[in-house]
Amino acid sequence: MTTTASPTTASRTAATPAVEIHDLRKSFGTVQALDGLDLTVEHGQVAGFLGPNGAGKSTTIRVLLGLLRSDSGTARLLGGDPWRDAVALHRRLAYVPGDVSLWPNLTGGEAIDYLARLRGKPDKKRKAELLERFELDPTKKARTYSKGNRQKVALVAAFVSQVDLLVLDEPTSGLDPLMEAVFTEHVREAKAAGTSVLLSSHILSEVEKVCDTVTIIRGGRAVESGTLDDLRHLTRSSVTAVVDGDPSAIAAMTGVHDLAATQNGVGTRVTFDVDNSEMGRVLPAISALGVHSFTAQPPSLEELFMRHYGDELAADGVPAESTRSQAGAR
Amino acid sequence: MSATTAAPPLRGRDEPLRGGSTLTGTWSLVRFILRRDRVRLVAWSLGIPLLYLGALPEYVLMADDAAGLQARAALVQSPAMIAMTGPGYGTDDYTVGAAVANELVLWVVLALAVMSILQVVRHTRAEEESSRAELVRAAVVGRHAAVVATAIVVLAVNLVIALLSAGVLVANDLEAVDSLAMTLGIAVSAMTFGAVALVAAQVTEHSRGATGLSMAVLGAAFTLRTIGDMQEVHGSWVSWLSPIAWAQQMRSYVDLRWWPAAIGVVAIVLLLLAASALASRRDFGGGLIPDRRGPADARAGLRSPAAVVWGQQRMSLLWTALGLGVMWLATGTVIAQIPAMTETLQENPVYSALLGEGDLEKAFLGIIVLYAALGAAAFGLVATLRAKAEEEAGRAEYALATPVSRTRWLGATLVVSSIGTAVVMVTGILALAAGAAASGVHEPSSGAIAEAGLLYLPALLVLVGLAAALYAWVPRATALVWLVFGYTLVVEMFADLFGLPEWARQVSPFWWVPDSLTGDVDWAHVGGLCAVAVVLFLLAFAGFRRRDIATR
Repeated sequence: MTTTASPTTASRTAATPAVEIHDLRKSFGTVQALDGLDLTVEHGQVAGFLGPNGAGKSTTIRVLLGLLRSDSGTARLLGGDPWRDAVALHRRLAYVPGDVSLWPNLTGGEAIDYLARLRGKPDKKRKAELLERFELDPTKKARTYSKGNRQKVALVAAFVSQVDLLVLDEPTSGLDPLMEAVFTEHVREAKAAGTSVLLSSHILSEVEKVCDTVTIIRGGRAVESGTLDDLRHLTRSSVTAVVDGDPSAIAAMTGVHDLAATQNGVGTRVTFDVDNSEMGRVLPAISALGVHSFTAQPPSLEELFMRHYGDELAADGVPAESTRSQAGAR
Repeated sequence: MSATTAAPPLRGRDEPLRGGSTLTGTWSLVRFILRRDRVRLVAWSLGIPLLYLGALPEYVLMADDAAGLQARAALVQSPAMIAMTGPGYGTDDYTVGAAVANELVLWVVLALAVMSILQVVRHTRAEEESSRAELVRAAVVGRHAAVVATAIVVLAVNLVIALLSAGVLVANDLEAVDSLAMTLGIAVSAMTFGAVALVAAQVTEHSRGATGLSMAVLGAAFTLRTIGDMQEVHGSWVSWLSPIAWAQQMRSYVDLRWWPAAIGVVAIVLLLLAASALASRRDFGGGLIPDRRGPADARAGLRSPAAVVWGQQRMSLLWTALGLGVMWLATGTVIAQIPAMTETLQENPVYSALLGEGDLEKAFLGIIVLYAALGAAAFGLVATLRAKAEEEAGRAEYALATPVSRTRWLGATLVVSSIGTAVVMVTGILALAAGAAASGVHEPSSGAIAEAGLLYLPALLVLVGLAAALYAWVPRATALVWLVFGYTLVVEMFADLFGLPEWARQVSPFWWVPDSLTGDVDWAHVGGLCAVAVVLFLLAFAGFRRRDIATR
């Protein structure tokens, strides 16, 4: 049986990425769920997998788990074939579904033990620790748990086994902010222990906190992917400054957008967005104007997200608005 | 248009706390149920009248054949036929109407009772369990609205079916008043079981429990009627405990009386009151019996999918085996009374010509063994199709993401359901043999009865295998296996009545089961059934390994 602690396993997995997906396609009837998706999770990395509902995140994960058979393209999981080698691969991973459904006749504690035993790595002490950290009562029957508590059962069951890969599909849905923090902590711990993590989410702050890389998916294909820093390079920073001189020359520079200037007691207050790639040329120009104060804010993932989906929202906005008003009239 | 939408909010503002009762929204829910179930309700509403339409020509043909009618009358007085039909009114001067009422009422009641039970549970407990009802209840909908709306729809469907069926009967030259009385009596009887299901839905916390409890009541009603009608000509007091008998005892086409239907109406009202009282006492989503806490750690044995499936199914297996066992035990004790009740019949030359002599016990036993097999088959199909429910709930996905292969996961369900089916069959047949032996029946022997039952096992496995293969290849079509089950029942009960050709009978797996009580065992048939079962199981595993697991 493989264990993460053994050096041979570690060196073997270090060579191959935990997840490697290339040009993956999957359709359900006429719906094209995955449309040429690329995704890589390097060994030992925490990879964020971002996208709105229905973008194909769960479909990707189910292909990786050997639950769905892809139409074309390649998917490798821990160096193996997710469909053919499913059972062997599943010994080395733990999965947390987005909507956990537990066996109604089992208690939470029984479900955790059962899942850990199937993976072959039960650990009583660690289970007790995790139950305490997640504040979960293991003696209640699964049918009486709230959604958040069912989610906790799945999280405890996943973290209780030492595995090579954690596959987490929107794992914090239904958790309160305190529990989200506990979750974040455990993902970091898992990473420190050498576990690779694929974390699908539409909660940007969650991904921002723990992920090394991010892949943004829309309509079944990856539209952006890289480290958080990589992605930020593609975006603009918001700059607010108070200067002595006339900022109108700045507005004409390439990479500067939406410049607005107002007079205040000290000088001219100017706000604008600037492409991060142009920041090096814009900064000297600003400082030449005589700077009283200067703030530049890095974009949050929220803004990244809005840029990727903004056009879609805008395009949807008008018809959505009109259908709503029609419905209202009826 | 805009005026109508503007008005309600204004009224609401004037009288903020009035105008709401526990029944608010009932009619909206009625419309909603009709919309959701339009296909299945139309199918039932047309299916039952079509069933009459299909069966009636056989009876109408007999109208001009007095001797044939009299032979049939003699036949239905045999113990085996009493178990299959009814109390046998009007057999002295058997008419087409009397034959229809005597031979069809039981089965139409059973079909409509099953419909009523499923329909009630579907819209009450199953809705609450799925949390869909929570959405509805949070809207402007009273506490009792869902229950009342469900009852209204089921009652309405039963009445529509009664009227359409009466129309079919009248069109075939049967007396109008008696036709209407018979079909309305059936509706009342079926509705009684719907009302039982309404109560059960309040008492149990899960839809499966509610369905199981209601079906148990239906099974008990079936058995009580059989036992009662065997004890005395036209039924003893035991018969009257059964809602099925209330429809049969109206003596339609013979000497019509309406008051037995009134018992049903009273029973329905009482059950509805009980359901309403129970509904007021409990919390939304809860049963009357609260959930207990359980162990924080799993017992040592809980380490395989089979252990989980066994944990999920053992209670239903226990109760099914126990419930059916008691039924067959009680039925077994009736066999001793057969010689006495048929003494007069034996002297009837028509009768001896039809049945021969001395085979009465065997013929009766053959029917009861068939019933036991049908009961075991129903259990087996339900147990096997649990796999589909597991998949739909998302638990298959979760389990298959652990190091559990597709074969192991499906195998767990199939092992438990196959063994469960065999257990229900074997305990049932042993109970029947024990009942017969206890009441002093030595011919046929207990061993012979047991053999007749065991011979059904391969055919039962064919049905389980069929359910598994359908689930593995076309999970959307698993309901087809119930069609096969229904067809099997029709072939065994009514093949002669419908005049089915030989090939159509051979489609039923039970057709191939040798009757060891009256004839020799053809082992080729037994072997053939086993082979078909094996092929179906292999198909199931092959299909399940290939297909996508349903996503929620």
